[in-house]
Amino acid sequence: MSAPRGILAYGAHVPYRRLDRVEVGAFLGTSAGHGHRAVASFDEDAVTMGVAAARFALSTGDSEASRPGAIWFSTVAAPYLDKTNATVMHAALRLDASVPALDFGGAQRSAIGALRTALEAGRSTLVVSADVRVGRPGGPEDAGGGDAAAAVLVGSADDGALVAEYLGGATATAEFTDRWRTPGDAHSRTWEDRFGEQAYAPLGAAAWADALSATGLSAADVDIAVVTGLHARAVRKVGSSLGVAVADDRTGDVGNSGAAHPALLLADVLDGAEPDTVVALVVLADGCEVTLFRTTDALADRRPARSVASQVADRVDVPYARYLSWRGMLAVEPPNRPEPSRPSSSAALRRTDWKHGFEGSADRTTGIIHLPPSRVGIAGGEVDDMDPAPMADAVGTVATFTVDRLAYSPSPPVVFAVVDFDGGGRMPIELTDVDPAEVAIGDRIEMTFRRMFTADGLHNYFWKGRPVRL
Amino acid sequence: MASHGILDRVAIVGMGCTPFREHWDRSLDDLLIEAHGAALTSAGLVKDEVDAYWYGTSQSSASGISLATPLRLDNRPVTRVENYCATGSEALRQACYAVASGAYDVAVAIGGEKVKDGGYQGLNAFPIPTDGTNRTLTAAAMFSLMLPAYADSYGVDEDELRYVVAKIAEKNHFNGARNPLAQFRRETSAEAICEMAAVAGRLSVFDCAGVADGAAAAVVVPADRATDYTDAPLYVKALSLVAGDGSGLVDPEFDFTTLPECATAATDAYAQAGITDPRTELAMAEVHDCFTPTELVLMEDLGFSARGEGWRDVLDGTFALGGDLPVNTDGGLKSFGHPVGASGLRMHYEAWLQLRGEAPEERRISTLETRSRALVHNLGGYPGEMVSFVGIWGTERD
Repeated sequence: MSAPRGILAYGAHVPYRRLDRVEVGAFLGTSAGHGHRAVASFDEDAVTMGVAAARFALSTGDSEASRPGAIWFSTVAAPYLDKTNATVMHAALRLDASVPALDFGGAQRSAIGALRTALEAGRSTLVVSADVRVGRPGGPEDAGGGDAAAAVLVGSADDGALVAEYLGGATATAEFTDRWRTPGDAHSRTWEDRFGEQAYAPLGAAAWADALSATGLSAADVDIAVVTGLHARAVRKVGSSLGVAVADDRTGDVGNSGAAHPALLLADVLDGAEPDTVVALVVLADGCEVTLFRTTDALADRRPARSVASQVADRVDVPYARYLSWRGMLAVEPPNRPEPSRPSSSAALRRTDWKHGFEGSADRTTGIIHLPPSRVGIAGGEVDDMDPAPMADAVGTVATFTVDRLAYSPSPPVVFAVVDFDGGGRMPIELTDVDPAEVAIGDRIEMTFRRMFTADGLHNYFWKGRPVRL
Repeated sequence: MASHGILDRVAIVGMGCTPFREHWDRSLDDLLIEAHGAALTSAGLVKDEVDAYWYGTSQSSASGISLATPLRLDNRPVTRVENYCATGSEALRQACYAVASGAYDVAVAIGGEKVKDGGYQGLNAFPIPTDGTNRTLTAAAMFSLMLPAYADSYGVDEDELRYVVAKIAEKNHFNGARNPLAQFRRETSAEAICEMAAVAGRLSVFDCAGVADGAAAAVVVPADRATDYTDAPLYVKALSLVAGDGSGLVDPEFDFTTLPECATAATDAYAQAGITDPRTELAMAEVHDCFTPTELVLMEDLGFSARGEGWRDVLDGTFALGGDLPVNTDGGLKSFGHPVGASGLRMHYEAWLQLRGEAPEERRISTLETRSRALVHNLGGYPGEMVSFVGIWGTERD
C-alpha cells in the first residue's frame, strides 16, 4: 500500500494594508458595511503574494524535505498571459530547473482543483493560490473582496511528516452562469443573488454526501468545516446544512480573497487545530469540491513562522482614494519625472539568481558578502573566487535612510534605506509596507519580493526591504 | 601607486564662462561658441592657434564632432570626455597632461551641457538597459543619506544639523548674489530654508543645486611659455582623480559620514603640491556643493576641518567670504545650477578670477596677501560610489 498523502507544510500571506469599509461608504456616499478588507500594496500582485506565502510554507521544515517536486499556481488575477506566472515564483524560490512550474488559470475553481489534483497525484507539489479582488467602486467586491495568497506543500508521508493526512473528497460539477468575467475586464458580473443560492445548494449537498461516503466518515466525525466560495448566500446555506461547526470565513477582516480563500482559510484552521482534528474544506465554484483532512502530531512543529491571525492583526489602513489609484481606477498625477524604462530581458536572464532569487556572492578568501554578486571582491583576491550567497531570508538593520519625494514611483514617496545584514552584506534598497515618518537608524528589516514597476507591459520584479513587525 | 603630478609644468592662460541660466533661447552650440570665444580672447589667441581640444559633456552630445562642427575646427584632434559630474574638470586634466607630454603647445578644455531641453526638472540620466534591479533614487536622496548618518555618528542633534547645512546654502547664495554669471542672485536665510518642505530626507529644494545650461573653457600651455599669453597665469600645482570601486554600497564599514574618494584625491593632490596644512595654505576653495550635506562632509574630507567638527566650522563662518578659508566664493552649484559638463570648468573660472584679483570687489577674497593657491574639487556619482577630482592652482611658480 502506498504511503498516505496529505499536507507537508503550508503558509499564507495577508498584505499589510487594509481598507476600512466605513470609510469606503463615506467616500461614496453609500454604505459599504463594516470591518476591513485586505489590500495588496501597489507593489504587490498575485505572483508576489504567492511568493510570500510559498516562502512561509517552504521554511517550516528541514530544507531538503520541503523542496517541492513541482509548483502549481492558480489565480484569477494573473500578471501575465501566454507567459507562465509560476516561473517567476519558481525563480524567486530558487527551485531547481528540473521542477515544473505551471499555471492553473482563469477560474476560481482552478485553485481548489489544483489542490485536489496534487493531493491525488504522485509527487510533492507546492500548490500556490493568490488573488487580487477588484470590483467597481460601490459594488460588493470593492468592499467585500480581499487580496491574499496561500501555499500548501502537498506530498506523501515518504516525503516527510504530514501535518494533515488527506482522507479523500468528492466533486459535483455543473455548468450555470452565476458569475462571469470576459477577458480584459477588471471585475466580474453576477446573475441575481437568489439564482446562485438555489443552484449551489443541491451541488453542495451531493458533494458532501459523496465525500463522507468515500471516506467512510459521518458528519459527526468531522470537527470543523471550512466553507467558502464567492456566492455568500450559497456559502451560508450550504454551511448551515452540513451539520458541522463552520470556521470563521475571514470575510470581516480580510474579505473574500477568491482563488486564494480556500487555502487561506484552511491555513487559518490548521494554525489553531489540535492533532487528530478532522477538517472539511468545502468550496463552491461552478459546482462543489469537498476535501477532508485529519491533522497529525507533526502539525505543532511545522506551523509557519506567521499565522494567518497574526498577519490579519498586523495592519495599517490605506485611504480609499489611494487604494483606487493603486488599482488603476483613479488616475492620479504622476511625479513629473521620466518613467522608468522596461528591464532588459537578456540582462535579467543573466542575473536571474540575483534579480529573482536575491542571491549575492560570498568571497571564499575574505568571506565578504557582495550584493549584488560580484566576480571580483572589494578586498582583493582572485577573479571568480566566490560562492553563491542566498540572502532572501537574511534580516538586517538600517544604517541610514531617506525619503525621496522627487523620484518616480507608482506610489510616492520612495522610502529607502542602507541595510546591513546580520552575518554580513549590505544593500541600499527601497523599503515597503512602511510609514515614512517612522523609519529610524537601527530598525530591523526583512526582505520581500515585489513588483517595482511595470513598463511596456513588463513587470519588473525585484526585492525590497520591509520592517520586521511580527 | 605612483602619482607624480605635473607641478608647474602647465599653466592656464585664458578662460571663459557663459552665464549659467535656463537658456531657453540658446542652444548648446551657442553656449560652446561663447565660452570658446571668451577663453581664446582672454589668452589673445585665434582658433587656428589651438592644437587640440578636450570636450566635456555628460549627455548633451557625443564625440569630438559635436564640438568640431559648431566651432568649425579645421581637422583638429577633439576628444569627447565623460566622467559623471566631474566631466568638466576631467576635460581640463586631460588637456593639461597632453600639453605636459609635449604633444601639443596649445590645448583647450571646454565643457558644456544643455539640461533644460529635457522637459523634466532636475538632471535625468540617459537610460541604459539593465536587469531592472538598479536604484531609481534621485541624487538628492542619495546625498541626503549622509545627514542621519552624520548626526548619529557624531551625536549632533538632527534639527541642529539640518540648520547647519542650511547655513551652507545661505552662504553660497550670499556669494552668488554677488556674481552676475550665477543663475540665482538672491540671498536667502538658513531659517527660511529650514521652513521649506522636505523633498529628499530632510533636504528642501534649496539644499539642492539648481538646474541650468552653461559652458566654460580654459586654454592651457606649457608653463615656460605662459607669460607669452598673460601676465598672470595659473600654474598647475596638482591634478588628482579617483574613481571609487563602489565598495561603500557593499561594505558595512562605510558609514556615510565621508566621501573616501574625495579624501583620497585630496591627499594625492596635497602631496603633489607640497601642501601640509590646507586650511592655512589655501587662499580659497571651490568645492562640489551639489547638495548641502556634500559641502559639509567635504570640509572634513578635504582636510579643512577635523573629523566630526566640520559642522562647528560652518556655524563659525570659517568658510564664508570673509572667513579663514573662503569656499565657493562664486556661489557654487547652489547659485549656478549644474550643467554637468561645464561645472568643473566654471569652478576653475572662479579660481582664475580670484587668484588674479579680477573678481568683483563685492566678493573678492582677502586671503591673497599671504596665500596664492586655490583648490578646485569636483565630484560625480553618489556617496559610496563616486569619482572625485581635486586640482590645485597657483599664481607663483615654485
